[in-house]
Amino acid sequence: MSIIQIENLTKSFGQFKALEDVNLEVKQGEIHGFIGPNGAGKSTTIRVLLGMLKADTGNITIFGKDTWQEAVSIHSRIAYVPGDANLWPNLTGGQIIDLFLNMRNSTIDNKRRDELIKYFELDPTKKCRTYSKGNLQKVLIISALASDADIYILDEPTSGLDPLMERKFQNYLLDLKAQGKTILLSSHILSEVEKLCDHVSIIRKGKIIEEGTLEELRHLTRTNFEVTSSENLEGLENIEGIHQVERENTTTTFQVDSENVNEVIQLLSQYKITHLTSAPPRLEDLFIRYYDDQEDEQYD
Amino acid sequence: MIRENFKGTSQLIKLLFKQHRLKIFLWVIGIVGISIVVALAYPEIYTSKEDIMGFAITMDNPAMIAMLGSGYETESFNLGAIFANEMLMFTSIALATMNILLMSNSTRDDEQAGRLEIIQSLPVGKVSYLTAGVILLFLVNLSINLLLTIGLATLGESVFTWESSLLYSSILTLTGLFFAGITAVIAQLSETAHGTKQLAFGTLIFSYVIRMIGDVQSETLSLFSPLGWTTRTEVFVENYWLPVFVLSIGVIILTSLAFYLRTKRDMFAGILPSRSGKSHASTFLKTTPGFIWHLQKTKIISWFILLFALCAAFGAILGELEAYFSDINILQQFLAGSAGDGMMEQFITYLFAIMSIFSVFPVLSIMISLKSEEDANRTEHFYTRAVSRSKIFLTYCIFSVLTSLLMQFAIAGGIYMTSKNVLEETISLQSYVEMSFVYLPAIFVFIGLITLLIGIVPKLTHTIWLYVTYVFVVLYIGNLLEFPKWANNLSAFHHISEYPHEAIEWKTMLVLTSIGFILTIIGLVGYTNRDIEA
Repeated sequence: MSIIQIENLTKSFGQFKALEDVNLEVKQGEIHGFIGPNGAGKSTTIRVLLGMLKADTGNITIFGKDTWQEAVSIHSRIAYVPGDANLWPNLTGGQIIDLFLNMRNSTIDNKRRDELIKYFELDPTKKCRTYSKGNLQKVLIISALASDADIYILDEPTSGLDPLMERKFQNYLLDLKAQGKTILLSSHILSEVEKLCDHVSIIRKGKIIEEGTLEELRHLTRTNFEVTSSENLEGLENIEGIHQVERENTTTTFQVDSENVNEVIQLLSQYKITHLTSAPPRLEDLFIRYYDDQEDEQYD
Repeated sequence: MIRENFKGTSQLIKLLFKQHRLKIFLWVIGIVGISIVVALAYPEIYTSKEDIMGFAITMDNPAMIAMLGSGYETESFNLGAIFANEMLMFTSIALATMNILLMSNSTRDDEQAGRLEIIQSLPVGKVSYLTAGVILLFLVNLSINLLLTIGLATLGESVFTWESSLLYSSILTLTGLFFAGITAVIAQLSETAHGTKQLAFGTLIFSYVIRMIGDVQSETLSLFSPLGWTTRTEVFVENYWLPVFVLSIGVIILTSLAFYLRTKRDMFAGILPSRSGKSHASTFLKTTPGFIWHLQKTKIISWFILLFALCAAFGAILGELEAYFSDINILQQFLAGSAGDGMMEQFITYLFAIMSIFSVFPVLSIMISLKSEEDANRTEHFYTRAVSRSKIFLTYCIFSVLTSLLMQFAIAGGIYMTSKNVLEETISLQSYVEMSFVYLPAIFVFIGLITLLIGIVPKLTHTIWLYVTYVFVVLYIGNLLEFPKWANNLSAFHHISEYPHEAIEWKTMLVLTSIGFILTIIGLVGYTNRDIEA
């Protein structure tokens, strides 16, 4: 069952088409990765989901309720972490966490709040003016995680966190998933998405360009090879679907489209190979492919 | 080595100018424009020697001196003196305001927002940014000075000589620069942009009150206030240049002090301390009104104190005014038999009208902070939780309305507190409250307008200040400039009857209140149906 459903969402700001025919579905209990370059429309989509922006057209629901009409009742079961922390300089972190928890109309679980403050090593008595970017982000994260929500919407939540805190946060998300919570994670950090997400949607220039499970998406991309041989690997460039062949001394690196791997193995078997590694396609490669496309278009 | 400290200054001046050019343009045009329009109108209004003497006599009383500064010898009055009497004090306050805002904008605001940090990481001298700000403001004031001098001197009126026009403009801009200097110093002491502006405006208001009491009661006291020097040039009559030199020295000392303090402190740090806070929010803070009160309380309390103190200061001189008017009464009974009765009341009515415009400032500013919260991307913290837009919007509206009541009460209370001891015919607190509450319907129209802007055309939110200025101009010099009727009618304050001098027109009050209410409802509908901008 889809707990978050976006159908044919279009949103323009004046002349600028920010989102065009966006479709997105998040199922109950999954962590859904939402990735794309800067300015692609990730935050705009999330703002529509949160009822802050009104869609021009489209059918957008959470829990089957319209996100614009029934924002308030939806929000009592949602927790949101924005990517850029802008908080009131005169309030302490602790005061803001209390305030935010209270705004969700649910009883405050003080034990959980204090545990999280300890877990993320935040000093709640400091005024927001004096916090660093990472510490401000912790205030938002704790406010969201301490609330008992069904859906967590996270817009680049780990920006500003140190790697240790980042890992702690990721582990916490996996715990939430184990409890059957649903998470929509917009991120730039692909290793994070790879580690956490079951499903991924990629957005570019306001359009969803790929959507599927990580496994499905991997088929769309290339496998990396690194081959060491004393012989000259002739004919490699002639194979269809081979890319970025680079030779350095005896080592050759290249990428192969998934459907052409077999031909490459057949060719390599004719040579004396001293060392061979093949790496599964990473999300980064997929992502870079789209970045490249973007650049190509610019040069056109 | 010294050159290194100022490296990049000229580029930074250009950068600051680009950031603030619209504001600068509006200020320069506004100040020079209004001054010249008024100067143009005067020869039409005061055509004879008798007119001028009549004005001189009205000016020569404690109330006017308190409000506008100590004047000229009645015998030596001329057209220029009338102009200076009406315009000098308020224009110098306008210039001081401009300088405070622009100086704060180009110092602590940029530092707090982290922009200075980026600049400072470039090969730019340690004090270049401050130098750029100081030079920019110097240039802005200089342009006002030149434009105004030329404008006045070429009007073709014999009293507006080149020397007088130059002196008039110089005293204005130097008063402005003096407050720019004060702000530059405060920007080094206070850790926040907000605190900087608050302290700087506090100093301005304090200077006004000191001058006011000083001008009425003791000349020496006035000399402790920069605004006290402003009026002591007797420009257009005697043309004393000494106050200009005193202010110039003040500007140099303050600016040097700001530079000294800047080199003595770290970036982001202030010299005044900041405290750490509580780890839990109180039950009150967790409620929506409690939270909004937390955000707005400094503004509400300081405006309350300000209006109360200002009116108390006026109340304190009412006794002298009463004595003065009763003398006039006897005189007038001899001369024409016309009743001088109610001159006190008229003055108080006029005072209340001006003070009520001041109370519009905190009232509007509360609503505008809802927009500022949105601009700072902080309303999303409400609306992504289970809080509706109408709840936040209406809570802000209620705060605005309650603040308007509170401010009108401060006006009445302030004047009552001090006047009850000095007046022979005391006026009751209730009467004062009635006199100030008469203005509430007009203030509600302002609330309606600002909510309409925020709800429907949020980008134009700040244009409300143009309307505030307009209403002030109509009130202050509208009659003088003989505005057409429709132009006066555009001002919400113009419809308020001069109670108790005139009877309250309940119908008008009801209409104004309804307009405010309807506009607020439209604003609310707009706000709940538009995108939250970021």
